[in-house]
Amino acid sequence: MNEIENIVKEMFKKYGKSRTALIPVLQSIIRKKRFLSDEDIVEVAKLFDLSSAEVYGVASFYSFLDIKPRGKYVIRICKTISCEMKGSKEIIESIKKMLKINLNETTKDNKFSLLTTNCLGWCHKGPAMLINEDVYYDLTPEKVAEIIEFYKNK
Amino acid sequence: MKSDKVINKVDLIFRKSESDEISVIKRVLEKKPIDIINNIIDSGLRGRGGAGFPTGLKWKLAYEQNSTVKYVICNADEGEPGTFKDREILDVVPQKVLAGMAICAYCIGAKKGYIYLRGEYFFLANKLEEIIENFNQKLKTIGLDFEIQLYLGSGAYVCGEETALFESLEGKRGEPRNKPPFPTSVGFLNKPTVINNVETLVYAYIITDIGPNEFKKYGTKDSRGSKVFSISGDTPKPGIYELELGMTVEDFVKEFGDGDTKAVQIGGCSGKCVPRKDFATTIIGFEGIPTGGSMMLFNSSRSMYNVLHNFLEFFCEESCGQCTPCRVGYQQLLKGIEAVKKGERPASYLEELKKLALTMKVSSKCGLGQSAANPFISIVDNFKEEMIY
Ligand SMILES: Cc1cc2nc3c(=O)[nH]c(=O)nc-3n(C[C@H](O)[C@H](O)[C@H](O)COP(=O)(O)O)c2cc1C
Ligand code: SF4
Repeated sequence: MNEIENIVKEMFKKYGKSRTALIPVLQSIIRKKRFLSDEDIVEVAKLFDLSSAEVYGVASFYSFLDIKPRGKYVIRICKTISCEMKGSKEIIESIKKMLKINLNETTKDNKFSLLTTNCLGWCHKGPAMLINEDVYYDLTPEKVAEIIEFYKNK
Repeated sequence: MKSDKVINKVDLIFRKSESDEISVIKRVLEKKPIDIINNIIDSGLRGRGGAGFPTGLKWKLAYEQNSTVKYVICNADEGEPGTFKDREILDVVPQKVLAGMAICAYCIGAKKGYIYLRGEYFFLANKLEEIIENFNQKLKTIGLDFEIQLYLGSGAYVCGEETALFESLEGKRGEPRNKPPFPTSVGFLNKPTVINNVETLVYAYIITDIGPNEFKKYGTKDSRGSKVFSISGDTPKPGIYELELGMTVEDFVKEFGDGDTKAVQIGGCSGKCVPRKDFATTIIGFEGIPTGGSMMLFNSSRSMYNVLHNFLEFFCEESCGQCTPCRVGYQQLLKGIEAVKKGERPASYLEELKKLALTMKVSSKCGLGQSAANPFISIVDNFKEEMIY
């Protein structure tokens, strides 16, 4: 059995053999591969007995279900006003410099993608960001440099 | 008008309860569902997710539905910018949330419940699943046939809207449905469903435990009880506070401002902006400005144009695109204020944009589009110079 089939089986077990398991399946693939390739979408559609267009339509609706290739570590900086007031723009600039990429780009070694996102729910401790599923807050350019370095060596 | 009243901090939500949750549920099982529901109605509790629908009435509507399958859903999508209290509640007192769901399930006759947790809070998921598993087992031993499951969102603000949330749970795009029918008759999988905010469920549990009178001691006629606020922006003490409802913005600013507060945004991007001149006369609560708890303070160093620009960008991105007034409307509002700022349009154009915001309010399908007028008109009217120069 291939990887996708395994995931689908696991989620059917957990959420019942119905479409309710679809988003958990897509989330699970994202956690492993960071984005949904066309092949993955076709495969999932087959296992759910849905059209690929239907599954693509679902995936493309949700900002965390990336359908564009992403790096191993996806950085999402909160751009909501509370974080902006605490310096999120400065954080974005410093990461751009560190990784030598612009927003919505991925480093050449496929290690990092840099994105923005809406409110992460850490407004009292801004600026905040996600790296994959992990939250970091109270960021300063120094702190961010240390965190990125950590992921570089991970 | 100067008031000397100090802000009343309350400690109901995060307090360590005297009785453990399972024994409270056990007591509930000995009573008639309708008596529990009437208790909630008597307390005056209204939904804490923003819209403020009376909780007891919502439960009663679902209770009256003749269906063998019903659902209880806890809305933990918490996407409104500036809100972070549901995360804290689920982190610190998850048992109370689960107990609120179980009590609701007993009242309406539901066997299955879901917590829809926003994807941004994934870090809570493993711990919550363990707690839920444990809780489900305990419910079995006391003979309540109800099971809770955790479900994660994937980064879409509109999925906090109740019918969009059902669509998402059903494995579809999170596009809101037409209302009516309302969830209490046609909800998740088209079955009668009670959907409540995290905080609402905790208050329902607390009211069931300590009685409606303890809760009614706090607040005003229209806004009973207390509420958990998420406070951010220009404040020396940002954070999460449970406060009595019915205070004026002036009282609030006295406690949380930095001495130079020029505006408070109440209720996140979809809420209203209150300028300094209205602090003393504006009440935080259902009789004034209701809020899901997001309070952002701005001092005089901040550009309200930037604030509004940031909010409109948010809505442009998060609109599900299903209906035209919202999809196109937000883009036009954003382009419009940019054009006025750059001097490509005269200041009077702002009046046209205000009309557009009001059109969106009456013609959009869901709250996301209907909210446009709240931030737009309150910011443009009160900070006109900042929009132009
Ligand atoms: C765009 C939009 C987003 C919403 N997001 C949330 C949310 O994140 N959490 C929430 O509890 N309610 C949210 N709501 C309100 C829900 O639709 C619903 O009214 C609420 O969950 C009912 O619970 P309550 O009565 O306990 O407040 C949102 C509404 C709209 C229109
Ligand atoms: S108002 Fe906006 S978010 Fe709501 S259904 Fe219409 S397009 Fe979608």
